[in-house]
Amino acid sequence: MADLQLINVEKAYGEVKVLANINLDIKKGELIVFVGPSGCGKSTLLRMIAGLEKITAGDFLIDGERMNDVPPAQRGIAMVFQSYALYPHMTVRDNMSFALKIAKKSPAEIEAAVAKAARILQLEPYLDRLPKALSGGQRQRVAIGRSIVRDPKVYLFDEPLSNLDAALRVATRIEIAQLKESMPHSTMIYVTHDQVEAMTLATRIVVLAGGGISQVGAPLELYERPQNEFVAQFIGSPAMNLMAGEVVETGPQTRVMLANGGVAVSSVPTIQSDRGRRVNIGVRPEDLLATTGAAIFTGEVEFTEALGEVTLLYCKRQGKDAQVVAKLPGIHNELRRKTVSLGADPAKVHLFADGQSLLYR
Amino acid sequence: MDNIVGKKPALTWAVNISMAVLVALWLFPTLGLLVSSFRTADQIASSGWWSSLGTQERQVPAIRVEGTEVEVDGRFVIEGRLFDTTDARVSAWGTSSRQPEAYAPGQVVDLDGGATLTVIEDGTYVLSSPVTTEGTRLPRIFSTAATPPEFTTENYRAILFDPKNTDGMAKAFFNTLTVTIPATIIPILVAAFAAYALAWMDFPGRALLIAAIVGLLVVPLQLALIPLLKLHNDIGIGKGYLGTWLAHTGFGLPLAIYLLRNYMVGLPRDIIECAKVDGASDFQIFTRIILPLSFPALASFAIFQFLWTWNDLLVALVFLIDSTGETTVMTKQIVELLGTRGGNWEVLATAAFISIAVPLMVFFAMQKYLVRGLLAGSVK
Ligand SMILES: Nc1ncnc2c1ncn2[C@@H]1O[C@H](COP(=O)(O)OP(=O)(O)OP(=O)(O)O)[C@@H](O)[C@H]1O
Ligand SMILES: [Mg+2]
Repeated sequence: MADLQLINVEKAYGEVKVLANINLDIKKGELIVFVGPSGCGKSTLLRMIAGLEKITAGDFLIDGERMNDVPPAQRGIAMVFQSYALYPHMTVRDNMSFALKIAKKSPAEIEAAVAKAARILQLEPYLDRLPKALSGGQRQRVAIGRSIVRDPKVYLFDEPLSNLDAALRVATRIEIAQLKESMPHSTMIYVTHDQVEAMTLATRIVVLAGGGISQVGAPLELYERPQNEFVAQFIGSPAMNLMAGEVVETGPQTRVMLANGGVAVSSVPTIQSDRGRRVNIGVRPEDLLATTGAAIFTGEVEFTEALGEVTLLYCKRQGKDAQVVAKLPGIHNELRRKTVSLGADPAKVHLFADGQSLLYR
Repeated sequence: MDNIVGKKPALTWAVNISMAVLVALWLFPTLGLLVSSFRTADQIASSGWWSSLGTQERQVPAIRVEGTEVEVDGRFVIEGRLFDTTDARVSAWGTSSRQPEAYAPGQVVDLDGGATLTVIEDGTYVLSSPVTTEGTRLPRIFSTAATPPEFTTENYRAILFDPKNTDGMAKAFFNTLTVTIPATIIPILVAAFAAYALAWMDFPGRALLIAAIVGLLVVPLQLALIPLLKLHNDIGIGKGYLGTWLAHTGFGLPLAIYLLRNYMVGLPRDIIECAKVDGASDFQIFTRIILPLSFPALASFAIFQFLWTWNDLLVALVFLIDSTGETTVMTKQIVELLGTRGGNWEVLATAAFISIAVPLMVFFAMQKYLVRGLLAGSVK
């Protein structure tokens, strides 16, 4: 229920700058997902928003109000920790009502809020149990319930599902999606390692890397039009193939002569002066197709991984270059040790120069 | 793989054996003290405490025949009993110290001058003589008898409940309690607050303060006794309970703060941050979250402090006990008893057992916290 603004926010531990130049506008009702490699500062940024970590430079505003020095409790936020952080000596009911008791709400009000949250999260049978008598998934729901009862302006989740097994993850992810849908006006910030969570839950994804923001955008925007090689390889699994080459033809379509002998055509437009420029083309494994015409890549399939609906081909050109991964629909184990020619739709071929996409300039 | 997974038999045995040795080392003296405190001085002098537990066959010290002489059919007869109890069983007897087991029970033995003597199994004897035995030395009876265990609570009555007994422990017992209970509670209260601040609140100089406390752990308390007493006298506290409580509090605090801080630091950071986000103040976090979660550590320190103040003699001598003796504590009282009643083992054993009984009860009631509290911090 609030707009958040981060202006040139920076975090330093002593001399070490962990985060710098963070500029981000989060609108009311958005679900923002922070992704990035381990150690890139996702938790740190979230904790700065929560007020658990000092902001060493820059401004953080909620609804236009500067929050840098406001204690966590008065920021109108609720946080769900990766470790759940339930109070082990309190029953589920007491866990959920703790914040309200601290805020000196009336017993009737507390009772109603807890009952409502318990109903939404199907926690009613467990209200009088201690956390140790709950399963991981139930504990996670209690942690979420504890934040719901406070009706905060902003919800913060730090890898809330990473302690759950795969099936429970999916179920809880869907619950969170439904929860978000039932509270269209709440703003949520969600940290995760899991691409699927990021892609399915996010209104916008923030990719953090190297102490800054790499790209901010809707999930499919990041997937289809990554701004740089890092985002291109980080989003999508397996990662996008990058192959070095040289621009030989410019215009509305660009032709690239690849170092591996292939030829790629991309529908990313280029200008005259780009001719001869060293670039990397990027093609997602799922966009590579067997072709009989001009191939981007020709090489031997070193081994295959059949996953049922798709088969992953790991190809190499006789000990040279990097591996190229292709994802073909169906089961193709017979392709092992065969030589394949792979091409792609020009619209699916990305162009990067110096790590940056040529689409954005 | 055997020595990675599964048990190491040799080690298990070593653990079991040393465990048994430790248990024995602790158990036997305690049990001996307990048993001895229920025995009379004579029993303690004549046999070990372990032999008093079951029916025991032993040589009874010589008993001289005594009783009123009755004339029956021209013979002078004395009847009597060797033992007060009727449960004793005589297995052999004699009339001289050289042959204490010469006769079987029920055997009629001729003595000098035509007299006869019989001792039957239950310890009754009959001496029959043709002339009156009045004025002569009656014979002694040596007997070997099996007697059932025999215990008395007389020692406890005398030491605890006899108002005339100046060596009594009752007053000392209550004085010790008066010292111990506040001297346990006050440091815990203070230390818990300090430990929370040192563990979870950020303020300048925190690391130095912690270092200072660790440093204080190794300061011998003897160093501070006299200066502290002078200080107490100067500010008008003098000798008394207040000064003793303060002294125990001061001497106990470094360890208390150190133990509790280490425990509290080990509590999950997320829980405390979550409480902060939930709006709890430091005081609320302390009372609602930290204190309940630190209960094992609090309990284990309470046990330590209780035992140490209970067994303390030095601090009490310096800060409490004055010439009136009104404020004597049990440890002091036992020292006095050693001087005045040094030979009376039954008195000493009883006094000693009274003074260890309370720590024992405390220990057994709280031992699960002691174990948990000691592991605290080392294992998550
Ligand atoms: N107290 C600290 N002092 C110095 N550096 C710190 C401190 N806390 C965190 N860092 C550094 O800040 C960086 C960001 O940490 P952070 O926990 O935010 O990473 P993250 O993106 O959440 O990683 P993960 O995905 O593994 O949880 C890390 O490189 C870490 O080493
Ligand atoms: Mg993290």
